[in-house]
Amino acid sequence: MRNPEYLLVALAIGCASAGARRTETANPATPAPPARAPVSQAAAESASVDRAQYPSTYRRHPNPPVLIRNATVMTATGQEIRNGSIVLRDGRIVAVGEKADAPAGAVVVDGTGKYVTPGLIDDHSHLGVYAAPGTDAESDGNEATNPVTAEVWAEHSFWPQDPQIPLAIAGGITTIQALPGSANLIGGRSAILKLIPARTVQEMKFPGARYGLKMACGENPKRVYGRRGGPSTRMGNMAGYRTAFSQAEAYRRKWDSWNKDKKGDPPERNLRLESLAEVLRGNIYVQNHCYRADEMAQMVDLAHEFGFKIRSFHHAVEAYKIADLLAKEGTSVSVWADWWGFKEEAMDGIQQNAALNQQAGGRPLLHSDSPSGIQRLNQEAAKAMYAGQRAGIPITRDQALRWITVNPAWTLGLDSIVGTLEPGKMADVVVWSGDPFSVYSKAVQVYNDGWLVYDRNDAAHQPRTDFQLGQVPAPGSDR
Amino acid sequence: MIAVLLAQMIAITGGTVYPVSGPKIANATVLIRDGKIAAVGTNVSVPTDATRIDAAGKWVTPGLIDGGGQMGLVEIGAVAGTRDGSLATDSVAASFSVAEGLNPASVLIPVTRIEGITTALAAPVGHLISGQAVLIDLDGATIEQMLVKSPVGLVVNLSEAAKDEAGGSRAGVSARLRRLLRDALEYERRKVDFSRGQMQPLSAAAPDLEALLPVLHGRLPLIADAERRSDIETALRLAKEFQLKLILAGAAEGWEIAGEIAAAGVPVLVQPLDNIPSYDSLGVRYENAALLVKAGVKVVLLETDTHNSRNLRQQAGNAVAYGMSWDQALRAVTLSPSEVFGVADRYGSLEPGKVANVVVWSSDPFEFTTGVEHVLIRGKEIPLKSRQTELFERYKKLPPTY
Repeated sequence: MRNPEYLLVALAIGCASAGARRTETANPATPAPPARAPVSQAAAESASVDRAQYPSTYRRHPNPPVLIRNATVMTATGQEIRNGSIVLRDGRIVAVGEKADAPAGAVVVDGTGKYVTPGLIDDHSHLGVYAAPGTDAESDGNEATNPVTAEVWAEHSFWPQDPQIPLAIAGGITTIQALPGSANLIGGRSAILKLIPARTVQEMKFPGARYGLKMACGENPKRVYGRRGGPSTRMGNMAGYRTAFSQAEAYRRKWDSWNKDKKGDPPERNLRLESLAEVLRGNIYVQNHCYRADEMAQMVDLAHEFGFKIRSFHHAVEAYKIADLLAKEGTSVSVWADWWGFKEEAMDGIQQNAALNQQAGGRPLLHSDSPSGIQRLNQEAAKAMYAGQRAGIPITRDQALRWITVNPAWTLGLDSIVGTLEPGKMADVVVWSGDPFSVYSKAVQVYNDGWLVYDRNDAAHQPRTDFQLGQVPAPGSDR
Repeated sequence: MIAVLLAQMIAITGGTVYPVSGPKIANATVLIRDGKIAAVGTNVSVPTDATRIDAAGKWVTPGLIDGGGQMGLVEIGAVAGTRDGSLATDSVAASFSVAEGLNPASVLIPVTRIEGITTALAAPVGHLISGQAVLIDLDGATIEQMLVKSPVGLVVNLSEAAKDEAGGSRAGVSARLRRLLRDALEYERRKVDFSRGQMQPLSAAAPDLEALLPVLHGRLPLIADAERRSDIETALRLAKEFQLKLILAGAAEGWEIAGEIAAAGVPVLVQPLDNIPSYDSLGVRYENAALLVKAGVKVVLLETDTHNSRNLRQQAGNAVAYGMSWDQALRAVTLSPSEVFGVADRYGSLEPGKVANVVVWSSDPFEFTTGVEHVLIRGKEIPLKSRQTELFERYKKLPPTY
C-alpha cells in the first residue's frame, strides 16, 4: 500500500501554478500558413527589455507525411467522422475528412477500429519541477522563501529527464503548462512546453506561447507563511496580492514613461514587478489556484481592481456554485473529475463540476496536477462527462473532448494553433486503440508537430529518459 | 419490527448475474431473504410478497470490496483532528486496532457506497508496525454494525518509509522485526517472569508482544507493505522463518519475482494505476497486477485514495487494459479480497447463504459510462444519496435556494 499521505503531501506542495511564456520566435521549421493566427507576437517578454530572453530553441522534427485512414476521427469541433482520414504533413494537419489521398512518400496508418483525437493538453502540471523519483533534490516547484515570487520561472527548474515525461507522452499528452507550486500567493511564471524528448527545456518551449503567472488562494499560502511573517489569513492573502499589484502599477508607469522617449538612464529592473507589470499589460495570463467559490469571487474583484483578467481558475472545486459568474467573466475553469476531501477547501467537490460549468456557458476543462492523472486525462474527461449526463446535463462527447484539448489550449492562448483537428493546425494527434472514453482504450500513437513521439507497438518510438537507463527495467526485461 | 425485518425479501430479476463463484447467468434472479442471498439462477421462484427490482438489461455483481485505504478513519486529509488511522506515538503499534477510531457518520461512506463499493478495509498506516486492520461494510449506525471482521491482519511496513523507525537501514528494519517476533515468543514462554520483572526488558511493551502472538501462530495474517524487490524478498524470508501467514501490500516490483511470490502462496494487494518511479520502486509499472496473476498469484486490486475509493472500478478497468482478464479483475475486487481477508464464507460472491451485498449496474461496472442502479448492503437497499448529491441538487440551478 502506498502511503495515503503521499497524496496529501503532493497536493500540499503541488497545486498551484503560475507563469506562461511569451511569444517568441515562430517555429522556424514550420512556416506559419495563413490559416494559423499568429500568437500575439506583440506580447513582448517585458517592456523593460527589448532583447529576447531565454528564447525557445524548439525545432520541428523532420518527418514523412502521414495518412491515418479508416479511423473514427474526433475533431473537437463538433464532428465525429466514422471511417475518417487525416493527413499530416510538415507538422501541419492538411486534411481531415471521410476520404483523403496519401501525399507522396506518406506513411499510411490503418486506423480500423481506432480513434483519432487532437493531442491532449494539460494546463496544470508539475512535471519537470517536481520530478520523479521525488527526492528533495528534485523538489523544485515552490520557491517558498517569500509569499510573492513573481520573479521565478518554472522553466528554470524544469528537468527534461524527468522519467514522468515519457509516461505522460504515452497517455497522449502533447502540450503542458508546467507550473510552480501553490505555496506562494504569487508563485512565478509557468512554462508552456511541447511534451517531447529533449536535452534542454528551451527545446521544448512552445514557440510564441505566453507565460502564465501562478497565483494561489486559500489554505496553502497561509499554512506555509502563517508562522513565517504571514500571510496567516485569507484577508492577509488578499492584502498580499493587492500590495504586489499596487507596486507593479507604479513600476509599469515608470517603465512606460521611460519607454516613450528613452531619455536618460532606464529605471532599475525589478524582476518580480516585471512579471506583474506584464500581467497588467495583458501579456501574461494569470493561472489562479483557487478552490472555494467565495474566494474566486474575491479574486475576480481583485482582477477588476487592477484591470487584468484571470485566465483560469485551477482546481476550482466549488466553481459550480458560481458557474454563472465565471461564465460571465470569461474565465476558464480547470478542474478534476472527482478529487475532493484531501483538505477543507476541497470538501465540496462534486463530480458534476465540469458539466455544470458547461451548462452555464462557461469554459471547463480537465487538468491533472498529477504525474499519474496526466497519463489518463481522457479517462477523467469520460468520468466527468458521464457524471453530467447521468445527472441530466446533456454533455456531448465533443464537449468532453474539448475539456482536454481546445479548452486548455484556449487557457494557454494557443487555441488557434492546437487543440482541434483542422487543416492548418499543428499536427498534434493521438491515435487510440478504441473509444478514448472507454477505460480499456490506450493511446497507440502520439504525433507531436507531426513527429511520431510514441508508438505503443514499436519500441523504437518509446522514448526513455537518461534516468531510466540501466536503472528502471524496460518492459519485458528481467533486470 | 424484528418480524418485519425477518420477513423482508427482495428479488432482483431479469439481469445478467455475475456470481463470480461461477460463470455469468443471463436473465437470472437473485433472491434475498433476511439480508442473505437465498437463491441465484434462472429457475428461482419469486414469492409474491417479495419486493422486486427489475434488472432487465442490467448487470448484477457482488458489492465491490476495496482492500486499500482508510475508510472511516479519515474525514479531511489535511485536518489532523479528523484522522484516526495512525498511532503517532508508537513505532510498534501491534496492539493498536483501528476499530474504535471508525466513524460510522463519515460522509465518505455514502459517497463511496452509492458507486458500488460495499465493503472496505480500514487499515492503520505509518511506523514500523502500524496496527490492526479491520474490514467494514459501508452501512451501519455503530461501529459494531459496520464491522465485518476485526482484526483481519496486522499491518507492518517494510518499505523505504520504515527505515526511520529502525536506525536508517533496511537491514535495521528486518533486524528489528525479527527481534520483536523472537521477543514475542520469549514473552509467551515466560509471561510470569516478564510480569515479575525477572527477565531482561523485551523490545516492546507486553500488549504489543501479546498482539504479535496470533500472527506468530498463523491465526492472523501479516500485511506487509513492501515495494522494492529486495524488500518483498525480505518479507517472504521473514514469513518463512517464522511461519507467518503473509499478505503483501503494494509490491510495486512484485512482477519481477512473481514466480517466487506464487510459489510461497502469498496473496498481493495491488493498486494497478501506480507507475511513478521512486528509489523505493524503480520497477513500478501498470502491468504488475496482470503479471502477478499470470504467475499464479492471488491478487486483490485496490484504490488507496480513501476519498475516491469509488474509483476502484476505474482501477480494475485499467488492470484489464494492462493485461488482466475481465473475469480476473472482477474476482480481484470481490471474491479474492474475501478469501484473503478470511471472510469468503460470507462475502465476495453471489451464492446462497452469503451476505446480500449486491450491486445492479447499467452495464459493465468498470466502464465510465456505467452507472449504479441499485446498491444493497446486507439485503437493505441503500438510497443513492450522499452529501455530494445534496450539493449538486442545491446548485444545479443558480442562484441556489438556501
